[in-house]
Amino acid sequence: MTTKAKRLNMNQKYQLMTRGLDWETTYQDMDDVFPYDKYEGIKIKDWDKWQDPFRLTVDAYWKYQSEKERKLYAILDSVAQNNSQLSISDARYMNAVKIWMQGVTPLEYNAFRGFCTLGRGFRGAGARVACQFQAIDEMRHHQTQIHAFSHYNKFFNGMNQQSRIRDRAWYLSIPKSYFEDAMTAGPFEFITAISFSFEYVLTNLLFMPFVSGAAYNGDLATTTFGFSAQSDESRHMTLGLEIIKFMLEQHEDNVPIIQGWLDKWFWRGYRLLGLVGTMMDYMLPKKVMSWRQAWEIYWEENGVALFNDLARYGIKMPKHHETATKEKNRITHEFWSTIYQFSHATALYTWIPGNEELDWLSAEYGELFDTVYRPRYEYWKELDDKGERFFQERLPVVCNVCQIPIFHTMPDDPLKNCCLVSEYKGTKHQMCSEGCLDIFNNEPEKYCQAYIPPQQIYQGNCGGATLDDYRKWLHIRDEDTGEYYGSEDHQMWEKWKAQAGKPTDEAA
Amino acid sequence: MAENVFIALQNNPDAQPIIEAIIQDNEHAIVNESPGMVKIDCPKRLVIKRETVEEKLGREFELQDIHLTLISLSGNMDEDEDEIVLQWNF
Repeated sequence: MTTKAKRLNMNQKYQLMTRGLDWETTYQDMDDVFPYDKYEGIKIKDWDKWQDPFRLTVDAYWKYQSEKERKLYAILDSVAQNNSQLSISDARYMNAVKIWMQGVTPLEYNAFRGFCTLGRGFRGAGARVACQFQAIDEMRHHQTQIHAFSHYNKFFNGMNQQSRIRDRAWYLSIPKSYFEDAMTAGPFEFITAISFSFEYVLTNLLFMPFVSGAAYNGDLATTTFGFSAQSDESRHMTLGLEIIKFMLEQHEDNVPIIQGWLDKWFWRGYRLLGLVGTMMDYMLPKKVMSWRQAWEIYWEENGVALFNDLARYGIKMPKHHETATKEKNRITHEFWSTIYQFSHATALYTWIPGNEELDWLSAEYGELFDTVYRPRYEYWKELDDKGERFFQERLPVVCNVCQIPIFHTMPDDPLKNCCLVSEYKGTKHQMCSEGCLDIFNNEPEKYCQAYIPPQQIYQGNCGGATLDDYRKWLHIRDEDTGEYYGSEDHQMWEKWKAQAGKPTDEAA
Repeated sequence: MAENVFIALQNNPDAQPIIEAIIQDNEHAIVNESPGMVKIDCPKRLVIKRETVEEKLGREFELQDIHLTLISLSGNMDEDEDEIVLQWNF
């Protein structure tokens, strides 16, 4: 009688399916096979010390991912069949989805590209396997998001030119430049930028409070792909933390290099997330949590705990984190005010929040909101009521590093604009903050080459030198831009509500 | 001092036995519910025990199945057949 072979335990299986598949090359020198994992100065003595704490192997990976996909696509089919676009809280909400689709979804694709490079580039098999899984995850996120949004694209404006405007729209260079900055760095900096700073420290703010907000606003499709993607993110975050600890444990010379990257990518990530905060505070008609609250939970509590843990390696809190915390009461208002004035040059609609929403913002942000931002909104509302909706005539100056319009204020004075200049090779470069200025000054040769869309537009390189020419070059119509109230999305939404016997904005 | 670890799970029936097991095995766990999601914070260390989940579920359970309901986590993570541990080491 034969006895049944004993099943391998998780750890044995993991060892066999990662390390067991790897070998030391003999025909070619290992340095020629893996030419990019030394030049950044990171010293690795023993790649085998790198462990995936989930001990995920390829068989388990397929099993769980296919189950996730089955669940997700069952829901996406149901969204389409049941006209779920009718269940969202308000059509204004859809502009947050447009930002996601225009700005975030292309990042997933770039993450796929980046992790393919790493899945080949690291000489440690454990790290390579984890990066290969992540590359497939990122492609999945890109595809599932496009599928989810394709239903909304049948009804709402601003979603039909994703691949074109990803490369052409001035405001989308904010997220795009973040990833391209990372992809043009070496593999260790890329993984620090994406897996650690972006995924571990910051994406919780995108995928948790914002996606929970999508759930609260009746957006079944976004909630489902959001949480499905975030379940992969847990693995990515774990990879991020493990790789940081691994690098720090391998050699003491690695510590200052990593500290420099953490300083840089914390600030880059924080700046980018200002946009997510703005989506939470202004584009979710039903509110779950303010940016201030989310910052307190996910950075001041969870992020700081993480840095407390890394202190034993000699890692300090990222530079300028105090400024980020000082700005928590104003960054989203400054951002929204800017998008409001420029939405005629974007594939988005903007609006002045209703009175109930302004009251919620007052309660969340207190005196600063009531004295600085609320009066501004009330003034713009007055202008709009007189038929003089306020738009800027020209595109803004944007920061040479984060590419966000230079609207941020001084850390200790919310009434004074912050614009810092660095001169390099005879050209002046403007930055929005000390954080971005440091980044520029550390690598001026890299950032002096950055493609700055408003400059290119005014040089006539983007279809012509007027906003009208530029919009045509983007393939967006006037009707896709500008004020929400009175827009095609708004009119359609009012018609649906009237058909369903719900009170319309007119009646309210 | 900031010292919590956390785990966030989808708020659905599959996650329920896991959430109940966490509450039973972690005295200081704090459960925060928001739309679609349950976030559980715990000072310094949080453990998920397979045995407790199986007790709540009434059948066998593989801890790796948590991937199907997991949204996010924070803390140094370690997993084997019997438990998942999240902890800070300071």
